[in-house]
Amino acid sequence: MKNTQMLLGDEAIALAAIHSGMSAAYSYPGTPSTEIVETIQREVKNDPDLDVICAWSINEKVAMEEGCGASMIGKRALIIMKHVGLNVAADPFMNMAMTGTSGGLVICVADDPSMHSSQNEQDSRFFSEFAKILCLEPVDSQECYDMTMQAFELSEQFKTPVMIRLTTRVAHSRTGVILSENKQDKKSISLPTDFKNWTLLPCNARPQYVALLEKQKDLQVYANTYELNEINIVPGAQKGVVVGGLAYPYFKECLSELKASHVRVCTYPIPDEKIKKLINAVDELYVIEEGYPLIENQLYRLIHETGKTLTIHGRNDGTFPMAGELTPDVVRKGFGLTINEEGVYPLSSLVKGRPPQLCKGCPHADTYNALNDVLKGHEQERLVFSDIGCYTLGAYPPYEAIHSCVCMGASVSMAKAAGENGLKYSVAVLGDSTFEHSGITPLLEGVSKKVPFTVIILDNARIAMTGGQERIMSEEQFIPFILGTGIDEKHVRLIKPIPKNHEENVQVIKEECEYPGPSVIVARRVCIQK
Amino acid sequence: MNKDIIFCGVGGQGVLSVASLFINAANDVGLHVKQTEIHGMAQRGGAVTSQVRVSDDPIHSPIIALGTADFIVASEPMEALRQVSFLAKEGCIISSMTPMKNIEYPDIEEVHGQIKDFKNNKLIDTAKICEEISNLRAANIILLGSLVAELNIEGLSDAIQTRIKIAFAKKGEKIVESNLLGFAKGLE
Ligand code: SF4
Repeated sequence: MKNTQMLLGDEAIALAAIHSGMSAAYSYPGTPSTEIVETIQREVKNDPDLDVICAWSINEKVAMEEGCGASMIGKRALIIMKHVGLNVAADPFMNMAMTGTSGGLVICVADDPSMHSSQNEQDSRFFSEFAKILCLEPVDSQECYDMTMQAFELSEQFKTPVMIRLTTRVAHSRTGVILSENKQDKKSISLPTDFKNWTLLPCNARPQYVALLEKQKDLQVYANTYELNEINIVPGAQKGVVVGGLAYPYFKECLSELKASHVRVCTYPIPDEKIKKLINAVDELYVIEEGYPLIENQLYRLIHETGKTLTIHGRNDGTFPMAGELTPDVVRKGFGLTINEEGVYPLSSLVKGRPPQLCKGCPHADTYNALNDVLKGHEQERLVFSDIGCYTLGAYPPYEAIHSCVCMGASVSMAKAAGENGLKYSVAVLGDSTFEHSGITPLLEGVSKKVPFTVIILDNARIAMTGGQERIMSEEQFIPFILGTGIDEKHVRLIKPIPKNHEENVQVIKEECEYPGPSVIVARRVCIQK
Repeated sequence: MNKDIIFCGVGGQGVLSVASLFINAANDVGLHVKQTEIHGMAQRGGAVTSQVRVSDDPIHSPIIALGTADFIVASEPMEALRQVSFLAKEGCIISSMTPMKNIEYPDIEEVHGQIKDFKNNKLIDTAKICEEISNLRAANIILLGSLVAELNIEGLSDAIQTRIKIAFAKKGEKIVESNLLGFAKGLE
């Protein structure tokens, strides 16, 4: 145990990438993936000789494309994002499976089942399948470390990006890790000799797609031989269990009470041959996986191919619940094992909810107070479209200042549409970094079309919700950049949200809300946590 | 030996830091350790927990099953009550007495009363001890001392003191000393 370090899954991935000779990491912050880049930045700060490029990207699409560019010149790169970030990056992601890779390219995506800090619990394994690339799914920090190192090798071997799928409990759990002695050097530049596969014109894309389909056979063979896809046939056991992701440790905890054979799945494509062996050996099949029923839905085909008739117990038949993350209790219950429910101490009625809230003295609170004063009495002719950041907490009392939060940048697009469709007071409220991420393009639309709407940018100079990362633009760049859209200078206003400016700020917001054209208010005060 | 422990409190109270200090020390003495935590939006004054499992043998799940935790270590008394569904029948609550009133708060005497109703409980006046040792931020370290006293794992107390020295080194000798003192008070 001497050399074991306690590391977060995120930290283990960061170190593995560095030890694999990664040249650059590209990412936009998002819980629970943020600590990967923070760890790389910390390592680089402690050892500048590492010489790894690791600054935040403006959004996930850009990060994905940057990784693609690095790979094209032969460098190893790591791309990191949370699950919903992959939606933003889906366009390059899908096409990078088509171009293939030169330098090893690993895409680490962190899912958040139970939505601890997200607006949905989408399952990124579906994206790896969709793109037809290999995905590895670790369950603890040692596996995070080992699989990331393997992923760089595999990406170069199969010439496709490789996805590492994390979930919150893996990313944010600390478990022991033994680091590798064998550290690789960074790759030097090597340009492709043929540019056809990087230039996805239809005439090039068609053969590339055939080549990608061909690779599937190799990936399938790999999945069936991958050691951690373990198969264990217990003689005489009637129950078979296919277990993926974090379900595996929960399953192991009940193993002594179950007489069951099992296959563990930690690659996608799934190890079909091993699973068919299991199917042939058992009379009853359980499937537990963290996320949507992905393995489960493929089992129907595999059962069909074996010619057997078997019932599947999984999420589809309600053995395990469709929503929310797995827990040891959920897994035990699914197997019909006793759980402690009755013996559990009940929650006291004294316990009150303690939702997250804006920090005392947060600049957003002052902006919301002013905005609420302006819109009071106009409840039938106003909406405040908001976005993703600390300021989403303005939905809670005492502010109740916002009426929507959909996805990064949606505030501006939605407010623009509401404005051009006749809503009198159509207001977007979003942070400076969210604006950079996805608010710029809809603002440009609204300004060009002279739409009556108001965009309030809560400029705290930080990506505060994820821990205060720096945004892209400097303070000096910010307002000139907005003016660059061609917006009327008189309707770009700068306010300082502090209690003593309340009346003045109400006046400014009021004027711009009444103005029948596009306007932007920059409410500038630095986050008090920094 | 295996022990399952829930650290809990309110975002900003240092719950995650004290859990992290504890697991590093447990790792130092050669135990198997797993720790999971929920942060993100929880940083903003919301309820925060970190589940810690330590054992002589390899551990599978990073999450603790309901009704099986040996300890709840709470930086805030109402947060201790929030976690009781995890506590085993014979489990022990170690909690600070000091409430964090960033919400409409229940009657504090009643909260204390309910904690005292648990068979095994240690309700500690951390605020008073903090004043005695002139370090107002040492509450978690005091609770940690109290936990370590209950756990009685060989070498753990020393390992934690070493970790305290590392963790607070940047803040100066005085802070290190007062934390060590707080830890010792908790051990008593
Ligand atoms: S972290 Fe900063 S932006 Fe977020 S709530 Fe606190 S003060 Fe406001």
